[in-house]
Amino acid sequence: MEKTWNNKAWFLVLPVLVLVASSAVIPLMTVVNYSVQDTFGNNVFFWAGTEWFEELLSSDRFWEAMVRNLIFSFIILIIEVPLGIFIALNMPKKGWGVPVCLVLMALPLLIPWNVVGTIWQVFGRNDIGLLGYYVNALGIDYNYVQDPIDAWVTVIIMDVWHWTSLVVLLCYAGLVSIPDAFYQAAKIDGASRWAVFRYIQLPKMQRVLLIAVLLRFMDSFMIYTEPFVVTGGGPGNSTTFLSIDLVKTALGQFDLGPAAAMSLVYFLIILLLSWVFYTVMTNYDAER
Amino acid sequence: MNLDLSWMAWTWPTAAFFGTVFLLLCGMAAWEYASPGGNPRIGVLRFETTRGDRLFLSLLGSAFIHLAWLGLVGPNLWWALALSVVYAIGVFRYV
Repeated sequence: MEKTWNNKAWFLVLPVLVLVASSAVIPLMTVVNYSVQDTFGNNVFFWAGTEWFEELLSSDRFWEAMVRNLIFSFIILIIEVPLGIFIALNMPKKGWGVPVCLVLMALPLLIPWNVVGTIWQVFGRNDIGLLGYYVNALGIDYNYVQDPIDAWVTVIIMDVWHWTSLVVLLCYAGLVSIPDAFYQAAKIDGASRWAVFRYIQLPKMQRVLLIAVLLRFMDSFMIYTEPFVVTGGGPGNSTTFLSIDLVKTALGQFDLGPAAAMSLVYFLIILLLSWVFYTVMTNYDAER
Repeated sequence: MNLDLSWMAWTWPTAAFFGTVFLLLCGMAAWEYASPGGNPRIGVLRFETTRGDRLFLSLLGSAFIHLAWLGLVGPNLWWALALSVVYAIGVFRYV
């Protein structure tokens, strides 16, 4: 069979291969090695076998953090994706409003995660925070330091404020790529606003929505910095997500073995859910 | 140059594990070289999968089988390994 491509091009992939190997594969291999051993530091390790995995799988603390994480990701997705689509649909498509809206949308994404956490930590405080002070002035008993529901509401609003822009920008990119001919055809057919959205805009946004859902799911499932800065995982353990629990175990307690086992289970769950999302959405696209 | 890899804490069982994964990938590469195209087909999941997809599903599923065995049955993983092999054969045959 005659070759129709040049295999020498594979050499161009080598730099990426080296980069991915050093930043992802080698650390992952190390985590696997740690997960079956115990250490007290100084590069001395003791074989522990599957002990950490057994301990983890029977740990209430782990499953509770997992459930909190899944609930958090679910809430984030059902708020941010529709809200992002709604804002993108209502953004101007031409004129001076376009750059203004794009800059405003990009601003939250440019702020470092720990700064976002600090902003909301201060913003939500009862004594000096604008949000905390006025919500209490309205007669609503709001205190994210003591009340788990208030802590959740604060962390969710903070995430929506921080990351909806990403969904907006991706949807907007999908919307502006739709040729005018589609809208003209819809107008000739007398299509309603809803029909235009359902049969033209939504299908054309599907690919970017797939990316948005995947990115937001993975990011929210791995969220650490913002809730850690705002609530520190509290009150109690009410906002202790998997990553916070993991860092507490690995760095706070220096239990590298249990932390590595937790990391691997966490990694496998993210891999599975991402694969499910990706497969469902790409096959839906193929069927269409 | 003295390349000190002691921080990676290698053990024989984990080295054997990664060696097996590496050999599997080499085997898949050789298979692809001998029969290019990835053998795409639609199986019981009702969507198109290639050989690579089937290997991914086999490895991921095997990891969960081992975890489930550890959590529900106990630390003797030989039966979980046997179940994973049966599962992988099933995936390559029917998915």
